[in-house]
Amino acid sequence: MTTTTGPRAEARRSRNQNQKIVLSDRRRAERRLGWWLAGPAFVIMLLVTLYPILQAVWDSLFNFRLTAPDDRGFIGLKNYAVILTDPVFWNGLGVTLLITVVTVVVELVLGFALALVMSKALKSVRGWLRTAILVPYGIITVVSAFAWFYMFDINSGFVNSWFDWVPGIGEETNWFAGTWTSLFVIMASEIWKTTPFISLLLLAGLAQVPDELTEAAKVDGATWWQQMQRVILPNMKAAIMVAVLFRALDAFRIFDNVFIMTGGAYGTEVLSLLAYRTSIGRLEIGLGSAVSVLLFICVLLICFIAIKLFKVDLAGTRGGK
Amino acid sequence: MPKNQPPAAARRRRRATVVAVAAAGLLLSGCGPAEEGPPVLTWYINPDDGGQAALAQKCTADAGGDYRIEVTLLPSDASSQREQLARRLAAGDTSLDIMSLDPPFIPELAEPGFLAPVPADVAQRTTGNTLEGALAGAMWKDELVTVPFWANTQILWYRKSVAEAAGLDMSGSVTWDQIIDAARDQDKHLGVQGARAESMTVWVNALIESSGENIVTNPEATADEVRLGLESEAGRKAAEIVSTIGREGLGGPGLPTQAENESMLQFQGQRGSFMVNWPFVWPATNAGVDAGNLDASLIEDIGWGVYPQTVEGTPSAPPLGGINLGVGSESRNPELAYQAIECIVSTENQVEYFVTNGNPPSDSTAYDDPSIIEQFPMAETIRESLDQSAPRPQTPYYNEVSTGIQQNWAPPSGVDPDTTPKNTSDFITEVLRGERLL
Repeated sequence: MTTTTGPRAEARRSRNQNQKIVLSDRRRAERRLGWWLAGPAFVIMLLVTLYPILQAVWDSLFNFRLTAPDDRGFIGLKNYAVILTDPVFWNGLGVTLLITVVTVVVELVLGFALALVMSKALKSVRGWLRTAILVPYGIITVVSAFAWFYMFDINSGFVNSWFDWVPGIGEETNWFAGTWTSLFVIMASEIWKTTPFISLLLLAGLAQVPDELTEAAKVDGATWWQQMQRVILPNMKAAIMVAVLFRALDAFRIFDNVFIMTGGAYGTEVLSLLAYRTSIGRLEIGLGSAVSVLLFICVLLICFIAIKLFKVDLAGTRGGK
Repeated sequence: MPKNQPPAAARRRRRATVVAVAAAGLLLSGCGPAEEGPPVLTWYINPDDGGQAALAQKCTADAGGDYRIEVTLLPSDASSQREQLARRLAAGDTSLDIMSLDPPFIPELAEPGFLAPVPADVAQRTTGNTLEGALAGAMWKDELVTVPFWANTQILWYRKSVAEAAGLDMSGSVTWDQIIDAARDQDKHLGVQGARAESMTVWVNALIESSGENIVTNPEATADEVRLGLESEAGRKAAEIVSTIGREGLGGPGLPTQAENESMLQFQGQRGSFMVNWPFVWPATNAGVDAGNLDASLIEDIGWGVYPQTVEGTPSAPPLGGINLGVGSESRNPELAYQAIECIVSTENQVEYFVTNGNPPSDSTAYDDPSIIEQFPMAETIRESLDQSAPRPQTPYYNEVSTGIQQNWAPPSGVDPDTTPKNTSDFITEVLRGERLL
């Protein structure tokens, strides 16, 4: 039997209570004030996010090249038809999904281990440890991408000489000449850089597990693994799912590492890079906007799957249990 | 002031009002008209060793107060420079007075009218002695649309010891087949650029042009009517050369990611033999020797010649690069901009720029200057190479053509002479018709 405090049940109770309460004048005034305070930020948000999204959707219906403004013409959904029937798009989607799944799974396992280390560490070293673990996350992605690129580069890298005892690695290993070797470095860099983020989210989740529950499990003779499986993980479900959702969305939009290390060459192109190359490189605003809209739809789909199918409770991270 | 307000509070309020007015005045003054003085011309430059900034200062001084040139730095690679300039030009940016432009991207900017026309008198005065290849790169639809500034070309660099061991007579032209055989026999590496980058198009274009064919046979056509010359004997021969070097490992293990700088490093190493590359190799190698990173004997072992022939007996058409100067059509001062350009591209300044920054002049008479001959002993080879060089396809769709080639010809080991030229041709044609993604 798992031991959870039922955040959803509590949320339902809270909603039912809210329905019964008749709002007082003061409460109504506070709500109005809330809207007045949040309103400007909300409007600015709409301007800087909704407007470009709508503009991209509109542009995607046109044949529009920046250097041929006079040839602009409405073509309906033709751009989408071109993209969805092109292997370049599906290869890009496949690579993006592969990077997303592999990096999120590995980061989740490593992040959880780091979160456990941080939570169990002695108080005297806890601050130092957390800082050390957070260093990669504090580095700008482009800088970290260059660092990893130069580490593995056949001309300037040291990895080939350090690891030449590993079968398959030698002085002449060109990591960025093949799909799988390139993807390995790209994913390793991504994992190194963002595991601290997941570990922080999971550490917050760990802190929300009531000590009484683990104490009770110990008293009942539960092993470490049983405590983890029956007490800690079920009570951390909300934090884990939020971490997975945030990282999955982030990983799906991967750009910097691929751009710096391979530029999308040799089967490493991801969707963000395809959108960039089409809009910015080719100056095909219509086609590029259509790729961006499809990328946006994919992101929405991930959110939908996470929230509706996996029941991620975004409000539950504060430990509503 | 209200009667019930205490005097101290009133003073504070007055003080706050004065401070606010002063602050507003300071802020607004920043938005006011520009400071007095000569008109400012903005020159968007590609990164170099400070030569263009120095020329801007020099021409500002020479202008005697008619104008002042300020430089603004563009991104480091040519593609990113094109992206930024195209976006600014399309948006009607009025600050684009002078632009340093890479020749292949000029038609794309000239076709929609983004470039201000070159006045006939300026054209006459600035192109009288311009080398043929450099002049071709400044034209669009038989009209001069930019002014040639400096011209670049690839020459054949070789290690004298390797050429001697191969029994090659380097006083004349050699062919790709000869240098491939020499590298193979001596287990050396050939310095070519096999990365999926612009350098791959440079190589393929030179191979095809050296057979007397063109990648794009009707460069002025609209996107859906562009015809490609890749499916030809020249395309097949080019694919054979690239494929042989790639499949036999003659380019070294780094070939699939190797651009110009990496080729130079390989050439300087123990397995260096022959290399096609730009003249920057010479000052860079000398600097390496001066810094103690390279053996001094390396300099003695390096020779140079004109780009290898694809077909024996047919003069090669070496790659052409460089920078031309254009004026944005929305510039507020096009006349002054062309006046400044005349100053920048003067023979004297081109000599100065070559000597200080290593970028060869587009003016043929500049090569007679003793300071150039002293510092660049291969200057005559460069002039000869520039004279027989051929530009990359001069089409407004160059980006699509170039990227299509890069995607199909890199890595070199994946090139198949039977299928690659046709596949590339079909792919680019479909992309240009809007039927495929690139």
